[in-house]
Amino acid sequence: MDWEPLLLTFKLALITTIILLLVSIPLAYWLAFSKSKTKPIIETLVSMPLVLPPTVLGFYLLIAFSPANGFGKWLDEWLGLRIVFSFEGLVFASVIYSLPFMVHPIQSGFSNLSTSLLEASFMLGKSKMTTLSKVLLPNIKSSLLTGIVLTFAHTIGEFGVVLMIGGNMPGVTKVASIAIYDEVESLNYGAANSYSLVLFGLTFSILLLVYIVNGGYLKQFWK
Amino acid sequence: MIEIFLKKKLNASSGKMLLDIKTSIEPGKLVTLYGKSGAGKTSTLRILAGLLKPDFGKITVHGNVLLDSVQKVYLPSQKRKIGFVFQDYALFPNMTIFENLSFALHKKQSKKIINELIEIMEIGDLQNQKPYHLSGGQQQRVAVARALVQKPELLLLDEPLSALDEEMRNKIQKYILQVHREFNLTTILISHDLAEVLKMSDQVLVLDHGKIIQSGNPISIFSTNDRTNPFNITGEIIRLEKLESTTFLTILIGKDIAKIEVSNEENETLVLGDKIIITSPNFKPTIKKIIQGQLHLPS
Repeated sequence: MDWEPLLLTFKLALITTIILLLVSIPLAYWLAFSKSKTKPIIETLVSMPLVLPPTVLGFYLLIAFSPANGFGKWLDEWLGLRIVFSFEGLVFASVIYSLPFMVHPIQSGFSNLSTSLLEASFMLGKSKMTTLSKVLLPNIKSSLLTGIVLTFAHTIGEFGVVLMIGGNMPGVTKVASIAIYDEVESLNYGAANSYSLVLFGLTFSILLLVYIVNGGYLKQFWK
Repeated sequence: MIEIFLKKKLNASSGKMLLDIKTSIEPGKLVTLYGKSGAGKTSTLRILAGLLKPDFGKITVHGNVLLDSVQKVYLPSQKRKIGFVFQDYALFPNMTIFENLSFALHKKQSKKIINELIEIMEIGDLQNQKPYHLSGGQQQRVAVARALVQKPELLLLDEPLSALDEEMRNKIQKYILQVHREFNLTTILISHDLAEVLKMSDQVLVLDHGKIIQSGNPISIFSTNDRTNPFNITGEIIRLEKLESTTFLTILIGKDIAKIEVSNEENETLVLGDKIIITSPNFKPTIKKIIQGQLHLPS
């Protein structure tokens, strides 16, 4: 079995998760505490990837970033960045595609906290940053873990959007889910099975870990 | 001197209401906001704390302008020297009691104040516990201590005693009075309880539908202030039995229940739930002490 697609998958999932964690904390904070009138629109946009066929997203990304068109051309010429059929493109598409899986758990974590915690910290003269890092985030650890794990697992499971924008370039954009499709197309069921088993086992273990940690089963052994 | 002038449209449970407050409070006083729920008490406190923005107003505390809608001054909560005790205590669940208190310190403030407060509020045994393990009364003491770490000029307490039982209530009243004096605070607290208002406050502001309808010394407000009637008891009507010419009232006075008969003519307006004052001329009571009171403070 060729390990490259699997390694590429994990690399993609790891980078996507890290970027999404950094992006989602401020976004979820805003969604949880803002009373802005634009909030429903932003909430809708964040949730769109849940219901939109991945091919739709992939198609528009492909059009938008194609070097043949204005914006893609500008990126290519000025920043030397080619999103289409590149690893960077996969990361970009994955970040958008997995956004709700990171934002939703964190947002509901924030919303479930009593607003008086936030206000109490402000009354003690603490800035929003200090309040976020010392008060809010430590109290939503399980939501953070859920967001991280779901995002990681969901990125591993991507297929449509990756195929649309990344294609199937070995070592660059050929992730495990695409490798499986590829092997099946060539009737190499054995190889497809190996990839599938690894993904199956891995996603099962990751999700099991979340339920064990968040269910408080581990605490019985710590105390 | 604390000068408060504010207007804000509120959406109360009973519909739209205009909060319209204008008052001043002398430094060092303990003031109670008294009134029905939905009268605007909590909103007033939150506006003072900077947690709610009024539509229009001006607030100055000892000469410092916290808010002036004409001059476009608005100090955020962080910059107001105000301690706030929340109704749900709002202790940080991820920190121990000691960490909750030390989180409240200024950047360069010495930790001395924490030990002082731990001693006053008698929470030494709880220091290393998480808030989750504490009873309501214990959490309340920690919340008061935390609000005082930065030595605020003004202490605001949102119904600090409503969730506690009688005994704990007495105890916390004592603690609040004690820190009020020792830290030279101006304190504003919200209360529904008439006995509490009479016992604790120097001044009471009675709120109704967003407006202050009475202000002044609680004893003079809640009593008839009549020298021939020195004996005033406040209570709440919990049962009303109307007969032909008289009405029997069952009245809850503190924890006790009394039943009195009044004539129908004079008392047509009485309804269930009314708070009333009972006076009795020519009343010669005999008094016997049964339990030593708890509200003794070093003077």
